[in-house]
Amino acid sequence: MFPGSNCDEDAVKGIRTATGDAADLIWHTADNLDAYDAVVLPGGFSYGDYLRCGAIARFSPVMAAVRRAAEAGKLVLGICNGFQILTESHLLPGALLRNEHLQFRCELVELVVEHARSPFTLAYQPGEVIRIPISHGEGRYHADEAVLDELERAGRVLFRYRQRVNGSLRDIAGILNERGNVLGLMPHPERAVAAWMGSEDGLRMFESMRRFVTDGGLLAAGAGHGAEGGVAHGG
Amino acid sequence: MRFDVRVRVWLKPSVFDPQGHAVERALATLGYEGVGRVRIGKYMEMSVEASSEAEADAMVREICDRVLCNPVMETYAYELRLAGPDAAGGGGDGLAKPAGVGQS
Repeated sequence: MFPGSNCDEDAVKGIRTATGDAADLIWHTADNLDAYDAVVLPGGFSYGDYLRCGAIARFSPVMAAVRRAAEAGKLVLGICNGFQILTESHLLPGALLRNEHLQFRCELVELVVEHARSPFTLAYQPGEVIRIPISHGEGRYHADEAVLDELERAGRVLFRYRQRVNGSLRDIAGILNERGNVLGLMPHPERAVAAWMGSEDGLRMFESMRRFVTDGGLLAAGAGHGAEGGVAHGG
Repeated sequence: MRFDVRVRVWLKPSVFDPQGHAVERALATLGYEGVGRVRIGKYMEMSVEASSEAEADAMVREICDRVLCNPVMETYAYELRLAGPDAAGGGGDGLAKPAGVGQS
């Protein structure tokens, strides 16, 4: 968590609810994440969103550790502001711009799960429509056409909006890195983990991550785990 | 040597600017005809200490590339001005230096 994060407790509760696992809040000054199987960058307004969303958080000491975790193949999930931080850090391509309608939107939206081969979607059905809330003013995904084509080709567009909610190119709501172990998405799965929240569809994202880790958590090895091998196989 | 630096950052032409669009429509509503292509950007000032203008220029360019501008969506331009010894409030006699324009 960073100064200005505000979804950190929600993320911890969501993870505990979904997996029963322990989850610790780690301050941005930490420089070692070796003890953890997965890292979640929560939503909020890190450093007041000054300059650009995520632009300052990117230089936090903990981000060097997040980068090492990603390089080691650990799961890294960036939610909302966490997604913005991951793009600013170049752990994910593209950028997130002001919504095309200039409104801050906070509502339950429908997403399409593009495929279930990623560590984050093992527990979903390919093509399934799920309901997860968004809560952002700057979530319009942008990248140049070549990057967008490559994301599509490699199966790295993991979640798409069913409606036009912010003007995101190709309705992109969440993308994977090349290796498939880093996911950034604007919607908040941690806000969809109980019936009273209006949806429980976020539970399975954390369950997927847990299953992936307990099954060995090896993406590069591909064939050995999971339903259909690693996302690195694309398609 | 101390330089006064002015940096402008704005969205690349290929990126839709909803703020500029909203302002453009407001101007049209107010009756201003012939006003178009409104783009909203950021303006930043800073002071840079360096041993030469080339060194200051290199430092500012790096700062723009690394921090102030996100080249995925933005572009930038800056100017350096030698801060005069008694140039309080700018506009002094320092050499106006229209400097680098970022990649488009």
